[in-house]
Amino acid sequence: MGKIQLRQVRKSFGDVHVIPGLDLDIEDGEFVVFVGPSGCGKSTLLRLIAGLEDTTSGVIDIDGKDATNLPPAKRGLAMVFQSYALYPHMTVRKNIAFPLKMAGMDQAEQDKRVERAAKVLNLANYLDRRPGQLSGGQRQRVAIGRAIVREPAAFLFDEPLSNLDAALRVGMRQEISELHQSLKTTMIYVTHDQVEAMTMADKIVVLNAGNIEQVGSPLTLYHNPKNVFVAGFIGSPRMNLIEGPEAAKHNAHTIGIRPEHITVGDGPWEGVVGLSEHLGSDSFIKVDVAGLGIINVRGAGELNVHHGDRIKLAPAGKIHRFDANGLALA
Amino acid sequence: MARAVSPRRKLLTTLAAWFVACLIFFPVFWMILTSFKTEASAVASPPELLGADWTLENYVEVWSRSDYPRFFWNSVVISVGSTLLGLAIAIPSAWAMAFVPGKRTKDLLMWMLSTKMMPAVAVMIPIYLLFQQLGLFDTKIGLILALMLMNLPIIIWMLYTYFKEIPGEILEAARMDGASLWNEILYVLTPMAIPGIASTMLLNVILAWNEAFWTITLTTTKAAPLSAFIASFSAPQGLFYAKLSAASAMAIMPILILGWFSQKQLVRGLTFGAVK
Repeated sequence: MGKIQLRQVRKSFGDVHVIPGLDLDIEDGEFVVFVGPSGCGKSTLLRLIAGLEDTTSGVIDIDGKDATNLPPAKRGLAMVFQSYALYPHMTVRKNIAFPLKMAGMDQAEQDKRVERAAKVLNLANYLDRRPGQLSGGQRQRVAIGRAIVREPAAFLFDEPLSNLDAALRVGMRQEISELHQSLKTTMIYVTHDQVEAMTMADKIVVLNAGNIEQVGSPLTLYHNPKNVFVAGFIGSPRMNLIEGPEAAKHNAHTIGIRPEHITVGDGPWEGVVGLSEHLGSDSFIKVDVAGLGIINVRGAGELNVHHGDRIKLAPAGKIHRFDANGLALA
Repeated sequence: MARAVSPRRKLLTTLAAWFVACLIFFPVFWMILTSFKTEASAVASPPELLGADWTLENYVEVWSRSDYPRFFWNSVVISVGSTLLGLAIAIPSAWAMAFVPGKRTKDLLMWMLSTKMMPAVAVMIPIYLLFQQLGLFDTKIGLILALMLMNLPIIIWMLYTYFKEIPGEILEAARMDGASLWNEILYVLTPMAIPGIASTMLLNVILAWNEAFWTITLTTTKAAPLSAFIASFSAPQGLFYAKLSAASAMAIMPILILGWFSQKQLVRGLTFGAVK
């Protein structure tokens, strides 16, 4: 079981209110991703759930029991840190067995569980090495191994892939997703990388300045952002947000159009190409359109447009409308 | 990019380093030399070097006139005891200061260090009286307590510096893994800080071994360590330099040997955090 409920959870550091008061339900077995810009409070929120920070007020329930004042070890959660946080003086075997040793488990059961975790994570050949002798990806696997042997109610991941190079990051991302499929345990994952959020999550929680902007499935957030912040944050390249007369034509204060919902060729908007990136499968171009500003366009790989070209654009897809407060209009 | 050093500059700095090293070592060298001279040779003016009368007489006499093994044993018990007791108190204190600092932690650290700036003689009378009242005068346990308290600020400062180098996330990981506070200190913090703890231990054994003011003031016979042993050779009849040198050489030799073999560890420990 791993059902977690947050009720009016607040966290302040002196006069700074990092989390001004927040409610959230995380269902058993869900893969929840906290995403948001730097300093939005996502890591603090994870640390509050872990028990590494005390809440200023509010209640954290884990599996129906009030865990607000429980120490980290008593919450039945396991955490994987950004820096891996392995014990450098212990072998991989001892690192993975450490939580079991602390729980007073007998040696035979410890060995059995360590062997099983090592097999799942492809670490069987490295059990007698120390963390210093492992690569970044292997270290991350050891950290995950240390988390899974305890069979926790939920896993907490604090930006676990940000120290890895791009190729390894994609591989580990898939491994973590597969691990979730096989364990079916609740996972809470913090990241500032919205690609990680979109690809891994069952449910994304978008945070901004300690407040939840929107909670929903990746595609819900992508297709139906509740406000301008979520619209701008989810999706890469970023959604075009246009104000002024163009928005007024649609009876809105701001309109949002995804880069893939703009066609190049003929259309009402004319501008000069600034940056053009050709990735083979896609082309990302930035066009400076008079009266609208810089417009991001996502086109086909073979789009023959280059820096300095004058081109015409047309919106061709869903136009998101927002009011003066930034909230989505029906 | 490494800075190019000309051979001439290298030679000059090497010579300068040797000169300073010899200057520092010279008194110890001269003392050892004097310990092998006769009393007449030891006080000859101008000082004799090659033409001196060499003898082992001083060592024989110092050994026969006093109970060296007892003084030596007292020194070992007092220096090691005060260091271990100091570490037992300092490790949790430094943990608290490094990982859960309060608003006044920095001030507390500065205040502790400032006690080292106070002249010891200023508190000699109260401590002397206190020791007599509590029955600690001329006892090993009394000296262990006194030297431990004297060196505690240094031990805490050194450990605090080492602990600050250990990433807090590793201790948080231990907490998540179910370690109690003591398990966290025992299984994670202490093994990771072993090099720092070893340097602190060595330095404090040396400091305690060499301490003379309190060991001479607070002992008479039973608990007197080697510093008091040396002092006992400055007799009222006058100074016998050769014998005094022999006694001093015997007193410093154990710690000199310890220092020689652990110098790498000591230098690493003392520069830890300064050069990274």
